[in-house]
Order: sequence, then C-alpha cells, then structure tokens
Amino acid sequence: MTRLALIFGLLISSVIPAFAQPAQTTPAGALPQLRYGGALSSGAPYTFRDPGDPNKIIGFEVDIMNTLAERLGYRPVFVNNDWASLIPGLDTGLYDLVINGLEITSAHQAAADFSIPYYITFGQIVIRRGDPPLDNLAALKGKRVGTLQASQMEYVLRAAGNIDVRVYDEEIDVYSDLKLGRLDASVMDFPIAVYYAKPDRALEFTGDPIGRIEYGIALKKGAHPELLANINSALSTMLADGTMHRILDRWALWTQMMAQATGDARSMLAQPIDYDRFVEATEPTTWRGQLERYMRFLPQLGWAAVATVQISVMSMVLAVAFGVVLALCRVYGGVVLDRIAQVYIEAIRGTPLLIQLLFIYYGLPKIGLQLDPYVAGVLALGLNYAAYEAENYRAGLLAIPRHQMEAAIALNMTERQSLRYVVIPQAARIVVPPTTNDFISLLKDSSLVSVISLVELTKTYELLSTTYYDYFGTGLLVGAIYLLLGLPFVRLARWAERHLSRGMTRASS
Amino acid sequence: MQPIVRVEGIHKSFDKTPILKGVSFQIEEGDLVSLIGPSGCGKSTLLRCLNGLEVLDSGRVEICGVAMERKPNVPAGPLADIAHKLRRNVGMVFQTFNLFPHKTLIQNVMLAPMVVKGVARDEAAAMAEKLLKKVGLGEQVDRYPLNLSGGQQQRGAIARALAMAPKVMLYDEPTSALDPIVVDEVLDVMKELDREGMTQIVVTHEMRFARDASDYIVFMDKGEIIEISDEDEIFQNPKDPRTRQFLHRFL
Ligand SMILES: Nc1ncnc2c1ncn2[C@@H]1O[C@H](COP(=O)(O)OP(=O)(O)O)[C@@H](O)[C@H]1O
Ligand SMILES: [Mg+2]
Repeated sequence: MTRLALIFGLLISSVIPAFAQPAQTTPAGALPQLRYGGALSSGAPYTFRDPGDPNKIIGFEVDIMNTLAERLGYRPVFVNNDWASLIPGLDTGLYDLVINGLEITSAHQAAADFSIPYYITFGQIVIRRGDPPLDNLAALKGKRVGTLQASQMEYVLRAAGNIDVRVYDEEIDVYSDLKLGRLDASVMDFPIAVYYAKPDRALEFTGDPIGRIEYGIALKKGAHPELLANINSALSTMLADGTMHRILDRWALWTQMMAQATGDARSMLAQPIDYDRFVEATEPTTWRGQLERYMRFLPQLGWAAVATVQISVMSMVLAVAFGVVLALCRVYGGVVLDRIAQVYIEAIRGTPLLIQLLFIYYGLPKIGLQLDPYVAGVLALGLNYAAYEAENYRAGLLAIPRHQMEAAIALNMTERQSLRYVVIPQAARIVVPPTTNDFISLLKDSSLVSVISLVELTKTYELLSTTYYDYFGTGLLVGAIYLLLGLPFVRLARWAERHLSRGMTRASS
Repeated sequence: MQPIVRVEGIHKSFDKTPILKGVSFQIEEGDLVSLIGPSGCGKSTLLRCLNGLEVLDSGRVEICGVAMERKPNVPAGPLADIAHKLRRNVGMVFQTFNLFPHKTLIQNVMLAPMVVKGVARDEAAAMAEKLLKKVGLGEQVDRYPLNLSGGQQQRGAIARALAMAPKVMLYDEPTSALDPIVVDEVLDVMKELDREGMTQIVVTHEMRFARDASDYIVFMDKGEIIEISDEDEIFQNPKDPRTRQFLHRFL
C-alpha cells in the first residue's frame, strides 16, 4: 500500500509544476499586455500554426494585431480558444479582445462591442473544376451547397431559400466533400477559398461575389469604451496609410472590394510572400516529405500528449478521491448523506459532460466564480467521473460481507477505523479493474476540454490535419499516441491488482 | 464475589417481533457458561447485545463495571459511546471466524492493538506471535486466512480477540462451521483459557463440551431464560419440561 501511495504521490507531484501558468509579470519599463483571442483551428489565413514551422503562430490577423498593438503601445499576446467559444471567452476575461474573422452582424453586436471593419470581403462560390459555372445565389437553387456552421454565409444561403445547405465545422471538410461529390458547390468567405480551394487543381472559383462580409474586432460588451475608440482610430490610420493594404497583399487578400471600401486604388504594394509560403508548405508531398512532416509534428504532439496526461491524471485523482467520499456517503452515511450523494450522482450521470464543462467554465463566472481553464477542465472531468467512480466503489463496498465490519467493531475499532483498515482495503482490490477502464475512458474524454481553450492531443490533431489537409496520416499517428498513453496505466493497474489481492486467492502464500 | 457480567431485563425486538423478552442473569469472574437452546431462540441476539453489536431496546448490561442501560422508548444515541467503552473488556468469536482475508494471520492479530490502543508495531508483533503460539499456530503466522483450515482460522480468531486483553470472551457457535475432527482443537483452547481464569460465554450445540467444561449452563427458549443449572443437574434432572424436550435429542 505504502509503495503504491508513493508512486501515486510521485506521479502527482511530477505533474503539478507543469500546471503552473506562465508567470505574467510585467518587467519594469515593458509594455502592458494586450491579450487577443482567436481559434487556431479556424485555419489559414486568419490565425494559425505555420505549416512550415508549427511552433510559430502566423496569419494576416496576427500581422494586423502586431501593428495595432505597437501603435497603441501594447505587447500583443495570443490566447487560443475554441471558435464557438470566442465571444464567451471575452466575458470570462480570458483575453481583452477577439480578432478572428468575426463578422459584424446584429447577432454578434448584441453579444459584444465591435470595432470598425478591418477587412471587408464576400462569399466565394467554388465548384469542381470543369463543372458548369454557377453565376450567383439564384444558380445555387436546388443544389447541395456546403459552408461553415454559424457563419454569415450560412445565414445568407438559408435566406435565399430552396438551397440544400450543408454546414461544417472545418473548411477543409467542405472542400473534400465537394471533391468527393457529396456537394455540388461551396460558398465560404473569400480568404478561405483563396487558401484552401485556389491551390487545389481539382477545384475552381466561379460566379460573382456573394454578399458583403465585414470582419471586426470584438471587445467585451460595454467594458472598454476607451480601448475600442483607440483601436478604431488606429485601424482607420492603417486602412488609410496603406499599412493594411501591404499586409493584405502579402497574404494575397487585397480585393476590388477593399479598394472600393478604402478608396485606395493603388495596385499591389507587396508581393504575396506569405501566401506563396503557405501554398509551398502545404503542397501534397512525396512519402519522404510526408514522413519528414510527421517528424516535425512530433514535438508538438509530444507536448499535447503531456497536456492530455496531465489533465487526465489530475481529473482521475479528483474523481477517485471524491468518488470514495460519495460511495462512503451512500453506503455508510445515513439517510441524509446517502440522499444527497444519490442526487449528485444522478444529476451528473443524467447530463452530458460537455454541458457540465461549458457550465463550469462559461456559466460560473455569472455568479462570480471565474476559473482558470485548466482548473475548470480538471474540475469538470473530475466531478463528472467521480459520479461513475462512486457507483463502482459502492458496489465494491457492498461486496464486502457485513461480518468483516462486525468483526472489526467487536475488536473495539470505531466504524471509521473499520472502514479504513478492513473494508476499504478489501473493496479496493475489487474496484481496480473498473477504475482502470474508467481512466482509459477519461483519457479520451479529456479531448472535450478543447472547448474551453485548452490545447491537448485531439485539438492538436484537429489543428495539424486541417493545416495540412491530412486527416489520415495524422489520425493514425495521434491514435497510436492515445494507445501508447493508456498502456502504462493498464500495466500499473495490473500490478496494483496483483499487489492488493495478495492472500485473496488460495495458495498464493 | 462481585459478578463480572450482570444482565438485567434485556428486551430486543426485530421489526416489532420480540426476540428477547426480559433476559436477566449474572456471571462470576472465571466462569465458563454454556448458552444452549433451540435454533432461533435468540442466543446470538443475546450475545450481540452484550457487546453492543446489537442495540438493546431496554434493559441493562454491566460488564467489568461498565454499564450500558436503556429505558424503554429512549433514543439509543448515547449508547454508542458506552458500547465502545464496554467492548474494551469483551472479546468475541464468530461462527464464521471472520478473519480479515487481506491480512496474514499475524497481521490479523496485530491490527486492533495497533489501531485501537496505539501499540507499537514491534510490541504488537511480539504479542501476536506469543498468542498464536499459544493457540498452536506458531508455524502459520505468515499465512493468509484463505490458506488455513477452519480449525486454524477459528483458533486464529480467538488469538485475535485475546490480543485486546479482554476480561470476558463471547463465542457464538465457534465450532458449528468446522469439520468434526477439528472441533476439539478449538474447544481445547477454550478449556485452556478457562483454566487460566478467563470468563467465557459460549453459545454451543456441543453438548459434550457444555457438560464437561462449563461451570453452569443457561437454557434459553423463545427469548427467555428457562433454566440456569449446574451442568450435571441439567442433564440428569432438568426441571423444566422444555429443557427436557430439548435435551432429549442429545441424550
Ligand atoms: N438483524 C435481524 N433482523 C431481523 N431479524 C433478526 C435479526 N437477527 C436475528 N433475527 C431473528 O431473531 C430470531 C433469533 O435469532 P438468533 O438470535 O440468531 O437466534 P439463535 O442464535 O438462537 O439461533 C430469529 O428468528 C431471527 O430470524
Ligand atoms: Mg445463532
């Protein structure tokens, strides 16, 4: 027992330091931080990992932020979050603003304050190369058309009526379904089409620009009027003095529409170097090139695996500890505690883990409880799994005959001592296998924490595969990592089971 | 001499069915008392009331000067503390031994002294070894219960109870679950304890043992004590017809 406890202790203590958030102290004289939120999963050309060097985060919005922050006297710091949670992240104070292709729509404006547009664009129709051209929205009637979930284009397509709109989370999935014939066309924001469809020989642009999309910088509603005013004036300057034009040229994003909106009729001010680099880095490569690419992923996947294990181990420690308490309440706690524990367990098991996670991270700030994403993630997973562990442990406790407790009481132990020294050690042996299984499940369920801005293995898979258009190879790689992560714990559990069950089977002495 | 065990008017019901209907008796220090009676008459319940494993409805139990008393319809709450104090002087041995299967024999014996009395490990081990030697298990100290015969387990259970240095030992059919050939090795331990002056109450169906080893015999039927007699007298000349009828089968 003590040896087991020691190993567990070591495991935990080795994990805790890695949880410490990077110190966010501002050295004297250094600029104050301006934290900007975005979703790396939103992909190129917004804010994404450099396919040529996955340790770097690049994008035209990164360039805009760098210039903007410099002019306002801030040091920009990027904070990643799930795309769907970008605006809620403002309310929880995860960052000061969001710049990530958020459209200035009335729905968005109801939830956050918006700057003037930093980029104005439109929806681009894309079809398979060689298919008959489609001129406009009217030509899309009756066709299967893919776009991004909850985007302005989804709204526009649905409002047109009679279009069979299919929505997706990832832009590359739209184009790959288009190529596979599952869609007849796609309409997405022009920058997406430039980066994911234009380099692809199987696809081509067609038709007129659809609608008008304005990207704005979002701030927490009513919270920073002064910052908003400063941002607006800096953006105006950048749009007027050609800074924005140059940035957008480098990313091959300057359009007729931008020229009209800004009154800037000058032709190209910079070479599309960032666009060319992207196309080059993501071109389909040979097997060798592909392998080299995977090798480059490894450090990033390694760190992601560490994050996954950290979150899972911490959550499991919490789940086991709290699960034991709940089980004891149920079996030995008397009517009231039993009732309370039962209600807790039923409530947790009867609601989705995802909702619990979102509730703890985005819901609790409403009542003044604002948690670090790590803490919220571990708490949600731990409290959820505790309910399942509790039922395991309850079954384990009930499997120990009443006589054992009575024998201990007759030896003048208290009920507490009897539990600790007689009942629980015997029950522990029974519950090791199911607990191990639950840990393996938790390892997988920990991927859910990506919705509260944590980057772990699954999130990294998503990022890498969307960057390189490669769900297949990356998927095999990440799957293998999950399997490898689970193995040592299965081993540990087998050892623990043997250790704990000494004497519990005949002829082992 | 002051009686070491004094029981007065114990009542106990399960689900409104009276099981003990006013049981009273006294036992002097050093006596070995056999408690006999038909199955279901309340012998186990009585024994369990004596050390508080079962909370009595009303009545009084006093062992070694610690008195546990309950008036009818009074909450049982405060009795828990008194029961704990009372158990300090009382050991119990069960029909099914109830050794702790996850601990070796010697660990079984050492556990309660260390946990309850805070005895140091070395000291507890030395005492446990001595006790196990005394019950004839000096060779088996490191075995797990599952690898011992029933008779060995029951002797181990006796050693485990003795480790708490009780003044009174209670046995609930200690040999009923044993092979006939190992019954005597357990009974011999009890006889040895009797010689050393231990006070013992034994619920038993071993009439030979009751007759040979006890100082006197208590006969119970339907939750009442029918007869308390000298061991020879009850066998040769039972006063009550119910006693006669019960013993008839064994004679
Ligand atoms: N915990 C209990 N709950 C309900 N009834 C019980 C309980 N324990 C014993 N009884 C009942 O009390 C009666 C006496 O049981 P017991 O004291 O075990 O008898 P004996 O040991 O003399 O065979 C039996 O009818 C039995 O069914
Ligand atoms: Mg009985």
